[in-house]
Amino acid sequence: MARRDIGEINAGSMADIAFLLLIFFLVTTTMDVDSGIARKLPEKTDQQSDVIVKEKNVLDIVVNRNNQLLVENEYVKVTDIKRLAMKFIDNGGGLGTPIDNKPGEPCDYCEGAKDPNSSDHPTKAIISLQSDRGTTYGMYVSIQNEIEAAYNELRNNLATKRYGRSYDALLQDYDDNPTESLKVKIDDLKDKYPQIITEPEPLK
Amino acid sequence: MSKFKMRKKGMPAISTASLPDIVFMLLFFFMVSTTMRETDLLIKKPALPVASEVKKLEHKSLVSTIYVGKSKDARIAGDKIQVNDKIIEVKDVPSFIYSERALRKEDEVKFMTTSIKADKEASVGTVLDIKEQLRDIDALKISFSTAKGTDLSKNYE
Repeated sequence: MARRDIGEINAGSMADIAFLLLIFFLVTTTMDVDSGIARKLPEKTDQQSDVIVKEKNVLDIVVNRNNQLLVENEYVKVTDIKRLAMKFIDNGGGLGTPIDNKPGEPCDYCEGAKDPNSSDHPTKAIISLQSDRGTTYGMYVSIQNEIEAAYNELRNNLATKRYGRSYDALLQDYDDNPTESLKVKIDDLKDKYPQIITEPEPLK
Repeated sequence: MSKFKMRKKGMPAISTASLPDIVFMLLFFFMVSTTMRETDLLIKKPALPVASEVKKLEHKSLVSTIYVGKSKDARIAGDKIQVNDKIIEVKDVPSFIYSERALRKEDEVKFMTTSIKADKEASVGTVLDIKEQLRDIDALKISFSTAKGTDLSKNYE
């Protein structure tokens, strides 16, 4: 039986096909990584529990529809928020939240002024952001960003003091190599400066 | 005799035999790094605000995106909300999240994040309404999508 010889397939157009696909993927590709300010919303609960919070433990931030800001009834700029928030959170003028029926302890890591008229303890300090429905989103994000920046800087300071590395660096390390000891450190920093942000109903 | 005289001198042509290999290499790179644009924007492309304290969104497959921005038609005022390929009302947000959850495995649902891509000119009221809807159905992880930068002054002009 004579087998018919099949000639070799011409591979010359392979490059053309590959080019075609390449150009298709070049056009459709998007390489931007989505990033943003992460927030965890509070859970909805049925029972209303009345917690009594002292006035001095709340930092009131109010923003109106003309993007004007009031912090503790004083007219400020967005760039001031970080400084004011840090001063407020890190004040440490009183006792912390009682844990397991033990009385609260004064803040031994705070570097604030210990002003008795400002917040007692970072675990008690609440930041309240009251916005108007007409506020622009850009302004809102800027304020959120400044608050986040305040917490991050406080955590950074404490981390540098305790562990010799900044909080950001610890988070970075944890990303690369998640170990239990790093997690303990990060959780400890988060416990020392917990983010307590409340957003009341927006003004109409 | 003349047979030998005809022989040309000079550089031989560069072989293009390896061209397909190079092209394939590039092709594979783009194929791997590509993420298809899954939605066509029906609203005007939101101009994201700038923020410095940003976190990268991990696990892209667990992110559902909600767009908030102006309508393409300049005569229509107010903020429009877009998910997937349609414009919806605030009250439809929960059903969108439920449909997103249905696509994921059950144990992944609690890691799902909602990314809100809103225009910096959008009003906070709309965004807070969406947040309230998300709270109602326990979709608690959210991210305000922003561009990374340090100059925040363009956010509020």
